[in-house]
Amino acid sequence: MASRTYQTDAIVLRRDDYGEADRLLTVLTPGLGKLRVMAKGARKMTSRKAGHVELFTEVRLMLARGRTFDIVTQAEAIATHRALREDLRRGSYAHYLAELTDQFAQEQAEDAALYDLLSNGLVWLCDARDPALAARLFEMRLLSLSGYRPQLMRCARTGEPLEVDQAAEGADVATAYSPAEGGTLCARAALLARDGFALPRSALMLLRVLQTRELDQLDALDVPEAVGDQVERALRRTFVYTLERALKSTRFIRQVEGAES
Amino acid sequence: MPSLPRSLPPSVTRLVDALSQLPGIGPKTASRLAYFLLRAPPETAASLADALRDLKARTRLCSVCLNITEADPCEICSTPSRDRGVICVVEEPLDVTALERARFGGVYHVLHGVISPMNGVGPDDLRIRELLARVAEGRDGVPVREVILATNPTLEGENTAAFIARKLSGSGARVSRLARGLPVGGDLEYADEITLSRAIEGRQNL
Repeated sequence: MASRTYQTDAIVLRRDDYGEADRLLTVLTPGLGKLRVMAKGARKMTSRKAGHVELFTEVRLMLARGRTFDIVTQAEAIATHRALREDLRRGSYAHYLAELTDQFAQEQAEDAALYDLLSNGLVWLCDARDPALAARLFEMRLLSLSGYRPQLMRCARTGEPLEVDQAAEGADVATAYSPAEGGTLCARAALLARDGFALPRSALMLLRVLQTRELDQLDALDVPEAVGDQVERALRRTFVYTLERALKSTRFIRQVEGAES
Repeated sequence: MPSLPRSLPPSVTRLVDALSQLPGIGPKTASRLAYFLLRAPPETAASLADALRDLKARTRLCSVCLNITEADPCEICSTPSRDRGVICVVEEPLDVTALERARFGGVYHVLHGVISPMNGVGPDDLRIRELLARVAEGRDGVPVREVILATNPTLEGENTAAFIARKLSGSGARVSRLARGLPVGGDLEYADEITLSRAIEGRQNL
């Protein structure tokens, strides 16, 4: 007979009030994928669990199997990511990372790589000099992990080398990028792409760096705002195409960035 | 949802359906409540019906603090002895009730929610604009000296407080946040790292 209780590490992705004082948590686990579990009494001020099951906290949970939802019987925070609570900009990106993960995670399906990516992504957001760049790194890793890694070295349609790589150093040139085609396009293929748009060479270089470097190497880069914006647009359009929907938390990021400037 | 037996009269099924719309009430509980009302004296059902009708017909939002009220401005905003220079910002009307138990002497501002990007709730969906106007204008010649951000100590509450604090910077009003730390009756052993570190940071001389 299966044990009535089990233990797992988890990251809290979503949290909804339930009943009088309970919270229904959507958590990502390494071994069981996405789970919906009940934290009874977690809204009470004196709850022993409340602080351990806060949004984006990485937590070790003891769960008892329930009829509809498994019940959290013990919770102990592993990483609370305090910077996400105290820095609004970093916090706004954490909502985005969680929403993206929620879209890609499957219920009851083991996915330790996705768990590790989110766990690292939240740490990157806390530590990075620029949380936007940390979010771009997370996006690129998530695309690779889920099988949507964009082709950035050649034409995604024809396999031909890109004209932009043959242009003189320092020349102000652009290539075409198409989420539907899966990456960069040569001039001939760009004419056929329905959703292609121009990507300046500087933005292409940053996208390539995101595919190959770690956060500490990225953090040393001084990325001009315009280049960061172009890369953000390219990756966001890729996600909208892949998920077939816009992400809610991007509006909040824009509002926070607007309030900051 | 399992369908109700066809033998039930339409008036009962209608009530069960209506009660099932309430948060936390499933079809079983809704049926139990419906049968309770069926067997209760007529006055019980009539008084419940009156209360429900009045709830919608008589209540509105206070034009000053946006709390739920029958008279506009609400009782708290109309009381002259209240300090109108201190505004306590809360998430929901029920939070006003809780703070009134603590005998807070200032006035309130109800946001009607909290920033929750994953649920599609952003700053524009809350009553933040009204708060900024209130702080800028003051009331009856009394300038706002302090805004106390009393949103919940959850991540969404912290983000909301940080967003408002940023918007109020330069307003001239002091912006403060409710103290965070250990709850009365709590147990140190079970406290999380953030609560404990904040309790240490906010320690008081004895």
